[in-house]
Amino acid sequence: MPKDHGIGASTKRREDVRFLTGKGRYTDDININGQAYAWFVRSDVAHGTLNGVDTADAAAMPGVLRIFTGADFEAVGGIPCGWQVTDRKGEVMLEPRHPVLAHGKVRHVGDPIAVVVAETLEQARDAAEAVVPDITELEPVLDMKAAVQGGPLVHDEIGSNLCYDWGFVEENKEAVDAAIKGAHHVTTLELVNNRLIANPMEPRVAVGDYAQHDDSSTLYTTSQNPHVIRLLMGAFVLGIPEHKLRVVAPDVGGGFGTKIFHYAEEAFVTFAAKELKRAVKWTATRSEAFISDAHGRDHVTKIELALDADGHFLALRTDTYANMGAYLSTFAPSVPTWLHGTLMAGNYKTPLIYVNVKAVFTNTVPVDAYRGAGRPEATFQLERVIDKAAREMGVDPIELRRKNFITEFPYATPVAVEYDTGDYHATMDKLLEIADVAGFDARLAKSKANGKLRGLGMNCYIEACGIAPSNLVGQLGARAGLYESATVRVNATGGLVVMTGSHSHGQGHETSFPQVIAEMIGIDENMVEIVHGDTANTPMGMGTYGSRSLAVGGSAMVRATEKIIAKAKKIAAHILEASDADIELKDGSFTVAGTDKSLAWGDVCLAAYVPHNYPLADLEPGLEETAFYDPANFTYPSGAYACEVEVDPETGKVTIERFAAADDFGNIVNPMIVDGQVHGGIAQGIGQALMEGASYDEAGQLVSGSYMDYTMPRADDLPFYTVDHSCQTPCTHNPLGVKGCGEAGAIGSPPSVVNAVVDALQRAGHTNVTHIDMPLSPARVWAAMQG
Amino acid sequence: MQMNDTRDIKADPAIVWAALLDPEVLKACIPGCQEMTGSPEEGFEAVVVQKVGPVKATFKGAVSVSDIVPGESCTISGEGKGGAAGFAKGGAKVALAPTAEGTQLSYEVEAHVGGKLAQLGSRLIDGFARKMADQFFERFQNVVEGEDDTEAPPEVAEVKKSWLKRLVSS
Repeated sequence: MPKDHGIGASTKRREDVRFLTGKGRYTDDININGQAYAWFVRSDVAHGTLNGVDTADAAAMPGVLRIFTGADFEAVGGIPCGWQVTDRKGEVMLEPRHPVLAHGKVRHVGDPIAVVVAETLEQARDAAEAVVPDITELEPVLDMKAAVQGGPLVHDEIGSNLCYDWGFVEENKEAVDAAIKGAHHVTTLELVNNRLIANPMEPRVAVGDYAQHDDSSTLYTTSQNPHVIRLLMGAFVLGIPEHKLRVVAPDVGGGFGTKIFHYAEEAFVTFAAKELKRAVKWTATRSEAFISDAHGRDHVTKIELALDADGHFLALRTDTYANMGAYLSTFAPSVPTWLHGTLMAGNYKTPLIYVNVKAVFTNTVPVDAYRGAGRPEATFQLERVIDKAAREMGVDPIELRRKNFITEFPYATPVAVEYDTGDYHATMDKLLEIADVAGFDARLAKSKANGKLRGLGMNCYIEACGIAPSNLVGQLGARAGLYESATVRVNATGGLVVMTGSHSHGQGHETSFPQVIAEMIGIDENMVEIVHGDTANTPMGMGTYGSRSLAVGGSAMVRATEKIIAKAKKIAAHILEASDADIELKDGSFTVAGTDKSLAWGDVCLAAYVPHNYPLADLEPGLEETAFYDPANFTYPSGAYACEVEVDPETGKVTIERFAAADDFGNIVNPMIVDGQVHGGIAQGIGQALMEGASYDEAGQLVSGSYMDYTMPRADDLPFYTVDHSCQTPCTHNPLGVKGCGEAGAIGSPPSVVNAVVDALQRAGHTNVTHIDMPLSPARVWAAMQG
Repeated sequence: MQMNDTRDIKADPAIVWAALLDPEVLKACIPGCQEMTGSPEEGFEAVVVQKVGPVKATFKGAVSVSDIVPGESCTISGEGKGGAAGFAKGGAKVALAPTAEGTQLSYEVEAHVGGKLAQLGSRLIDGFARKMADQFFERFQNVVEGEDDTEAPPEVAEVKKSWLKRLVSS
């Protein structure tokens, strides 16, 4: 019997009631008395010298309060980068200045140049048309290899477009080169990890407010991590101390990584509100989102896998160019390095690995983390090259994987991480069952009869999430800690409020977090309320990304609840006249072991706040505890995915016929929410594999800048998924034994889609087709069949 | 975006040449042209209202004529700024050659768009530019061939009369 409450129950998401009935309170729903409206004037060229901005006509237009340009921000800091990577030679990365508004130069289409603040949105927009930037166009640099081979400089002052040249593990390089040189077989693959645009349903919004009575600023923003924004913006950009700055991220309509970062618009509205002494609101249009939200992926890679005659992996070498765009977004440098290189062992016992990454500036929108962040890029290369190797060596791709699986844990990889648990054979066995691989031949015959090409693709994945130990990431260049926090406040009448640093923007924390507390105390889930997203009423927390909320934020909540329970037991012991060591808490009731004496949860809570019969000499009144949790390691979810496609030989159109995912997420709190997270991740993975691709023309114009040209997956593009998470090897180092499930679907799915399409073409006799770059549009697949 | 084409016009190269550099003719022939002033020597100033897919804008721009070989060929280049809609810029190399029936006009056009026009309309631009070119030359032919055409837009009919008059009187 599945549970109907507590840990393991598929409790329906309580937040969906307000989301689905239009009662959510998003940033754009926040309107402050007297607020003015901001409209950004953005560069419509990719690269140019900004000689000046003529604002005279615009300033005279109706309703205009003030027009800001780069000159207004000379006295404040630039947008900071949160991660400093050290290169192969021990030198720190090149870190160009990132002004709030462009000054002297524009560096990508969408670079903000000026902002009109007016009484109404329409007035701001009309006046913005009259702002005339004087730009002398410069040749843009778009191709990463050209950028590091003497192309035009994006940032003249740093003298290079190469942000860093990272080698990992540098000490292994010679051994890896030697192993590849002497190997029985080497499989080489060159591939592109296509540039993506996150496209959360809710575009970004920022409302700045300023209170004259206490000289404090408030920013309402669409963020996954309000405390991080407060720290970065307050300390590094505007110089506002944290006690004078509040950041609120209310309901947020999807983030997928792109709402982690601190953006210029946030700093702008906060700054302008203080200057104008009134609130200032900015709401992105969808067109603006395309050219101002950080993009994702955009790697170009050459990967080489060396094998012995029996198919054992001997060594792996990769050479990657990673696009940073025009400026360093908050966590951009970490994505192609520590979130990518450390994952190159995958599920396999490859003894020698060397990863080289060149991060490059180009005249494009900045690139940063997008669902999976580095790990999809790692998984895609590895699982594609293994499939290619199996084909070249004439062995079964599943058997080749199984032969190389890591089977003993903990396992220290040659790329600096230690997997605590996993069972890769178990997830593969489960996959073969749920994907009905045995029935593939029959389905293949049916497709053939219908004139379609059918293919089956599989892959494994491992990811490192639940980021992360602060001392470790500090050594790796993070300029932040990566703990999480929770304050658990028990009210006098027994209900609880959990104030968590984890932010929920689709993950269902408001439902799953109470399930954990309800289980621990033995009370109804509805007695627990989750408060998040406001720096004024939550403890300092690092926010939601990297599938970390339950593993790190949930662990902090467990620790705080454990403190609550320990104190409550002392109160109960006093009232029941017993030793607190003898008190047991079960089903919301405190009992003295071995007796029938008991006290209800609510009675203890009341006693804590009405301490008439209370051990005041030994114990403070009240029942409220805070815990900060810093994980000992990453968590390592893993799994095996299978995709079956049909390809139309006439048009090259790919249809996903079946998709199965067998994941090991450790323990599961809410299976329904986990299913939903996997479904969403797979949809985005299939989107990357078949449809999505940001495309710039030779002048640096984003030509896939709307939904007419940037194809998002829709319901009718996707099959019913078969997902299973019954293989569970609990994480050994967090109290819930959970691993995180938010990114797995997006990490695990693209390689199986591409493997399936290549398989379909190979089976149809197109034996020269060993790879097609994503997105596998009908045109690309058709062209591959003609070659 | 690149485009090459030729047109056979039933008029002498001298007449075609004069028409090609006449602001009044250009104003009448460029679809959506609201204003056109200037001269080939000093360049033209133009205001054009156009709609590309979902983007409607008033483009203000300067047009210059270079590489002039009188009566034979020239390069016309221009850039129009459409405010929030972005910009369009490009050039056309135009050459005239006498034929038995009049003139063969050949052109090579290269055009770029930026900003919202590129973001929203990039895949519409080729078709749009072709349509613009077709409309332009249809009107242009109408003007210089001097035939009566009751279906011609009023601005074309009007300029046809005045332009021919000026041409004859000069």
